[in-house]
Amino acid sequence: MTQVSPDSAERPRSSGALDHLIYVLKANPVTLLAFVMFALIVISALFGPALVPYDPLQSDAANALQAPSAAHWFGTDSLGRDVFSRVIVATRLDLVISVAAVALSFVLGSVLGAVAGYWGGWIDVVLNRILDTIMAFPLFVLAMGIVAAMGNTIENIIYATAIINVPFYARLVRAEVNIRRGAGFALAARLSGNSDLRVLALHIFPNALPPMMVQVSLNLGWAILNAAGLSFIGLGVRPPTPEWGIMVAEGANFIVSGEWWLAVFPGLWLMFAVFTFNLLGDGLRDIVDPRKRT
Amino acid sequence: MSARLTSVLSRIAQAIPVVIGVVVISFVLTRALPGDPAVYFAGAAADEASIAEVREALGLDKPMLRQFIIYVGDLARGDLGQSISSGRPVAEDLASRLPASLELTLSALLLSCAVAVPLGVLAATRPGSPVDHLCRVLVTAGVSLPTFFTGILLIYVFYYLLGIAPSPLGRLDFIYIEPDHVTGFYLIDAALAGDAETFLGALKQLVLPAITLALFTMAPIARMTRAAMLGALSADFVRTARAAGLTNRTVLYGYAFRNALLPVVTTLGMVFSFTLGANVLVEKVFAWPGIGSYAVEALVVSDYAAVQGFVLAMAFLFVLLNLVIDLAYTLIDPRIGFAAK
Repeated sequence: MTQVSPDSAERPRSSGALDHLIYVLKANPVTLLAFVMFALIVISALFGPALVPYDPLQSDAANALQAPSAAHWFGTDSLGRDVFSRVIVATRLDLVISVAAVALSFVLGSVLGAVAGYWGGWIDVVLNRILDTIMAFPLFVLAMGIVAAMGNTIENIIYATAIINVPFYARLVRAEVNIRRGAGFALAARLSGNSDLRVLALHIFPNALPPMMVQVSLNLGWAILNAAGLSFIGLGVRPPTPEWGIMVAEGANFIVSGEWWLAVFPGLWLMFAVFTFNLLGDGLRDIVDPRKRT
Repeated sequence: MSARLTSVLSRIAQAIPVVIGVVVISFVLTRALPGDPAVYFAGAAADEASIAEVREALGLDKPMLRQFIIYVGDLARGDLGQSISSGRPVAEDLASRLPASLELTLSALLLSCAVAVPLGVLAATRPGSPVDHLCRVLVTAGVSLPTFFTGILLIYVFYYLLGIAPSPLGRLDFIYIEPDHVTGFYLIDAALAGDAETFLGALKQLVLPAITLALFTMAPIARMTRAAMLGALSADFVRTARAAGLTNRTVLYGYAFRNALLPVVTTLGMVFSFTLGANVLVEKVFAWPGIGSYAVEALVVSDYAAVQGFVLAMAFLFVLLNLVIDLAYTLIDPRIGFAAK
């Protein structure tokens, strides 16, 4: 678990993380591919609305339910809207929801986990009880309950997704901080007059960051799936906003009559995004900790 | 034997704080409704008088602690409130729909274990072989699959294109008569009644949703089996067993597999959590009349008592499943003692 720099004896002269990164990318082209796919998703999130050929909300009754063609790559939906444009434009919303949720749980989990891991005692006991209770719910079901209780809005989807992810981060940070609070460098930092808070935030916590990054990447994929799942059952995003989950839900009504492109393309794009984050997470894990490869 | 009994009892005791926590969270969720909970529980058509009546009935005019005690009392009597949409007690609705969900979830888990565990074992014993690569692809692709999307794809291919699957509408085509209610599991009930036709009809309806759910759960099981088997196979006791001249088969199944089973069973607990969530989505796609689609319907019409009852029921089910899994450990591995935790 500890992220130690590899033995200097094992490595030829080259030093620094960049060389290691290049080495890993060369050895594992899949990780390189994951970075390329990730760049593609980020580009479509940033510039998607400017690049797409049609207005995602523009309906065109004369061209409804057209199969994929040169003019409409992914076909058109029941209102004649261009599915390709909607899928690309939706990237931003889906990414914003999952990134915001994961960022929230990262911050919340880090603070809670660090405090519990450093000071221990009753804080630790209480926190563990609360985390256990959250984990006692099937997480997607808990998210449904939270959104139902707090109100059916996009912000609440983000909060719900954040809450169900907090335990993973809090536990990780707690473990990483706990094993280091008595370590030599932490004691030395404290002896030289640093406050507890400073030692925790600047000396101990950074050690937890590498495994946290892996968790973030794996979590992003899961957060997207979760958010899309919630909007698939009608929570959060409302039509006509383009969003993958809701587009699949709308397309599901047409699948039994053979209009497959309505549901398949947003679903494939969703899969592509989740797949990218999972590959990226696996790749990052190889970079951070080669021993944990499975 | 008594040591084992003590450890079992102490594991059951450990579940109590979790159950209390679940009840507290569920209470907070029912009281966190935006605005006045009484308005929500009274329904859309309620007037001033009936809202006041509901407020009194729910005890919302009393202090929080008192409300909590009333809530716990209601729960203890199995009262989860009244569903607005069906007009029946939520507990009754859930109980009548639970067998459908359980039938789907359990058959999916059986299916995925039946595929994933042998796949993981094969991949671990033949690293680098095609089976190993298949396992790796399945593991990475499997966790990226949105269940609702796989379900729709399967419907398109097997119902629309090939025409071999029945229409994705519920547990039984209307041409069949429901089997007499014994367990609520159509497959078992039909088999008990000796009705082969209904059994086949129910099985046909079950295949696609079960595969959808199974595809989703295969990945973590296969991954964990492979990793645990690799770990066990490189352990010293396996080397000793091989050196002692035991057959490959005995070493593999008697020594390595039994030791690899423990982490796999642990993963099952997590897999259950995902399955119960994914269940909601799969039930919606296939119009499966289980508690998941009940909750989705309730969400649409803002039937909050039904939704919160569903969340609570799922949490209890999950706590119970985890308890059963932990107790199953003691059967698999006699070294486990819960008291040491």
